[in-house]
Amino acid sequence: MNKPLSDKSWQYRQLNAVTPGLDALSDALIELVAAGEPIVAGTADLQYSNGLAKFHALHPDRFVQFGISEQNMVSAAAGMAAVGMKPYVATFASFLALLCCEQIRMDVAYSKLPVRLIGHHAGISLGFYGTSHHATEDLAIMRSIANLTVIAPADGNQLKEVIKAANDYPHPIYIRIQRGRDPEVYAQRQPFTIGKAISHYSGTDLMIIATGSTVHPALEATRALRAAGASVGFLDMATVKPIDRDAILDAAGQSPRILTVEEHNVLGGLGGAVAEVLASEGLPVKLTRHGIYDEYSLIAPPTHLYAHYELDAKGIEARATRLLEGRA
Amino acid sequence: MEITGGRNSLRPTDEEIAFLKDRAKFCRLETIRLIEIAKVGHYTSVFSAAELFSALYYDAMDLRRGEPKWEDRDRFMMGKGHAAVGLFPLLADLDFIDRDVLDGYTRLGNPLGDHPDMTKVPGIDFSSGSIGHALSAGCGMALAGRMLGKDFYTYVMIGDGELQEGQVWEAALFGAHNGLGKLIGIIDRNGYQLDGSVDDIIGVEPIVEKWQAFGWETHVVDGHDVAAVATLLRTLKADRERTRPVMIIAETVKGKGVSYMETEPGWHLGYLDPSDAARAIAEIEAMEI
Repeated sequence: MNKPLSDKSWQYRQLNAVTPGLDALSDALIELVAAGEPIVAGTADLQYSNGLAKFHALHPDRFVQFGISEQNMVSAAAGMAAVGMKPYVATFASFLALLCCEQIRMDVAYSKLPVRLIGHHAGISLGFYGTSHHATEDLAIMRSIANLTVIAPADGNQLKEVIKAANDYPHPIYIRIQRGRDPEVYAQRQPFTIGKAISHYSGTDLMIIATGSTVHPALEATRALRAAGASVGFLDMATVKPIDRDAILDAAGQSPRILTVEEHNVLGGLGGAVAEVLASEGLPVKLTRHGIYDEYSLIAPPTHLYAHYELDAKGIEARATRLLEGRA
Repeated sequence: MEITGGRNSLRPTDEEIAFLKDRAKFCRLETIRLIEIAKVGHYTSVFSAAELFSALYYDAMDLRRGEPKWEDRDRFMMGKGHAAVGLFPLLADLDFIDRDVLDGYTRLGNPLGDHPDMTKVPGIDFSSGSIGHALSAGCGMALAGRMLGKDFYTYVMIGDGELQEGQVWEAALFGAHNGLGKLIGIIDRNGYQLDGSVDDIIGVEPIVEKWQAFGWETHVVDGHDVAAVATLLRTLKADRERTRPVMIIAETVKGKGVSYMETEPGWHLGYLDPSDAARAIAEIEAMEI
């Protein structure tokens, strides 16, 4: 009577077990604590959603529960950094980047404090939880804040390497991640260099550039297009700011068409950043920015939304095909 | 006289009190001098806090002259960052910044502006300018100090109008919940904000009961009685085992020391022509508090 009957039933505190991918954030921080780093992790009543419950259990003395007070969390993290700690604070990307925008700008970025801001469940990955929980503006907002580096890892292994690379990075960082269900892009951990795009394929017909959650489906689309005979290249632009200018120029040199793919408004995010580089160099490249087209997403399970907005592998392939055929 | 910091007894000596009064006067006079350079500034926000600044920087806080980055120093920050013009002269007086930097206050390339900037000014422990963040940052510092095994105190001055910011109350919950006993808040209860009386705009009373209800140890003090302020701060520091954060409600007068500023809230921001500055200086010189 006191237990669920089915082992398929689960409750919130079992999220880590249901979604093992959620361990990545905690595991990366646990490694740093083991290395003697003055790490402190905090969250605003979401320790199961972002998996920090695992870190909490192992290092209760290095975990801070802020409750539902995101702005207090960001300002307090800045205070902690100001006296020598390396704080990681995590909450939904929608709340972190929008609700706490001013605390990020004033207390973290302007003050040049090495706080790591983890915006999780970014994009439309919270599906039917609705617009309040979607973050399709965060890249644009965070990218416009001086001193702030913006990184969107593609999967758990890359996240771990980003956190490792971030350890001695002197600037504050906004790290945009998903909900721990990311399919694996990088089977092995490979050293991550902040500000450097990762080239997977070259291409003379089309270059696809993706970031974060869209890397996996865009890479699958790239492979399908290549298998069908098109020369399609692919870049993982995990660091959205500072953007890898050289990689973009190289892509523009290879192909007359570039397609950016992001789980974000097409305004101001990855596509915007790439457009700025291409335009400022005066390069005659046909750029198509694919993402959410300046609208609020519908409500649906995430996979249904990705299909609807052509952000899954099939959709991205279809979008790229239209571009290759000169239809749009 | 050197920074005392000795605190051999809980009540400062007459000589120490005279020194702290003198430094509060110095703070006010320098504020008038610096605002003459900028041609606009927050005189009255400094004047309500001058004795608090003096008691903190010349008595309560553990500081080392000329070593603004000493890692075990006590920290100070203020949500009412617009009073920074009164703090900069003290930082120069403590050899944290060069005195001649003051002479270029707000001029192109000078690090000193209307609000304090930790990235530009040695001795500023945290930047401010957007009201409501400081107590949160102070909570973070005090908590990190405990995690790092440090013994420093964190002092956060906030304005009474600042209590209208919701984030202050997030920090109030957080500080009490985490038992931040080395966090000392000070409300400069001068009663006024830009648009008028705090109580007319969005009332904040009962302040003491609110902080008590939030779990903070509260003290009310006459913010212009520098001996009382210093005694209170020494007393608080004498108990190093405290497990609750402290909020001091310092009852102050906005514009204290200049008669017409004390009675006109519009002086929150303003400029004194040199002829009026001379009269203000004469009133401050003659102050007996």
